[in-house]
Amino acid sequence: MSSALRILTSRWGPIITGAVVGVVAPILVKQGNPGNMGICVACFSRDLAGALGLHQVSTVQYIRPEIIGFVLGAMVAALLFAEFRPRTGSSPLLRFLLGMLASVGALVFLGCPWRALLRLSGGDWNAIAGLLGLTAGIILGIVFLRMGFSLGRSRPAPQALGWVMPVLMIVLLVLLIAAPQFGRDANGKPTGPIFFSAKGPGSQHAPIALSLAAGLVIGFLAQRSRFCTVGAIRDLILLRDSHLFNGVVALVAAAFLTNLALGQFVAGFKNQPIAHSDGLWNFGGMALAGLAFTLAGGCPGRQLFLSGEGDADAAIFSLGMIVGAGFAHNFSLASSAAGPGAYGPAAVVVGLIACAIIGLTVREAKAA
Amino acid sequence: MKTVKTIDARGLSCPQPAMLTRQALQRMSSGSLEVLVDSGTSRDNVTRLAERAGWRVQIHEQPDGSFRLVLEK
Repeated sequence: MSSALRILTSRWGPIITGAVVGVVAPILVKQGNPGNMGICVACFSRDLAGALGLHQVSTVQYIRPEIIGFVLGAMVAALLFAEFRPRTGSSPLLRFLLGMLASVGALVFLGCPWRALLRLSGGDWNAIAGLLGLTAGIILGIVFLRMGFSLGRSRPAPQALGWVMPVLMIVLLVLLIAAPQFGRDANGKPTGPIFFSAKGPGSQHAPIALSLAAGLVIGFLAQRSRFCTVGAIRDLILLRDSHLFNGVVALVAAAFLTNLALGQFVAGFKNQPIAHSDGLWNFGGMALAGLAFTLAGGCPGRQLFLSGEGDADAAIFSLGMIVGAGFAHNFSLASSAAGPGAYGPAAVVVGLIACAIIGLTVREAKAA
Repeated sequence: MKTVKTIDARGLSCPQPAMLTRQALQRMSSGSLEVLVDSGTSRDNVTRLAERAGWRVQIHEQPDGSFRLVLEK
């Protein structure tokens, strides 16, 4: 098996992973996920935040099995190939903050880099502004990296630390299936602790087993191939290396063809599913997200795959995204189909300033 | 004895191990460079970068699971 899987660490690895994501994501939409949202780590973090009661927007609450699968699939691959290496210590609090800011930026656009690519593949031209913003954010991140930005070194950690995130995912899977309800309030509304949408995007989902299987397969492939949508653009610009970018191209091509085959390709700016057509803030939101992802070392999918390898710093970033998604809705920062939230644009500006301060001031602390 | 320059990139996030290696290689036209990394991802990234620039790479896995890469041209 290992020789057949060796192709995943070759130049074909990101291409195969991207192609699989490109085929699987539109199928998940066909099977029930929201439009152009076969996979979206930001949207799914937001749904997860809602399901756990971290925000109360009743239309976006669901425990997305794809997220669980990403972490556990990567964990299986890491264990099989002796790459499960618990580690921590690279500025975890800053990573949590960067995760929150990335989440806010992505929810102003309405999608993580994966969904930006999937939206483009489905004919949603608003994604172009988002992808340009993402690239601008990554370029800004590269400038900070060149000036010496570093979150510092991680170091090996006890085995137990590496297992926290996989175990958390199994707990989420149990909560998804058991969906415990402790009671109802005077108006008959469930009081939780787990909330699932009865209508809206949160209520739209593929069967649990299919979503979980998709997540597991993608998690496995991506751990082996180091698939990363932000690293793809970063390495192309910074290192003139197209290794990861080929995977992004494969994703877009495969998703475009699959959407065409499934009758899901609808070109235009208006009336796109879970999208708005405010170009400025599609750009701005993703610029913030791209900068935060670059400073943290990778896209939100990659952070989940690293979490599965035992990287507790990446896990902290991913948890920051979930908490940030809760804040994004509670503070009216997230966009809706009508356009940016009341305070979304202001949050993007504040977030960019915060990232710039981090980028300009954080350097590796030298040991005494 | 000739001293070999060493880059210790252990524990650093992407893309720093590749960036540090690239900066060092750009200052050398030939010779030997040792790069220490502690993940398969960094091992692969540094190896790919060096080989594209025409350097030979030997990978030595260390007892603690990290890697010592020797780059030569």
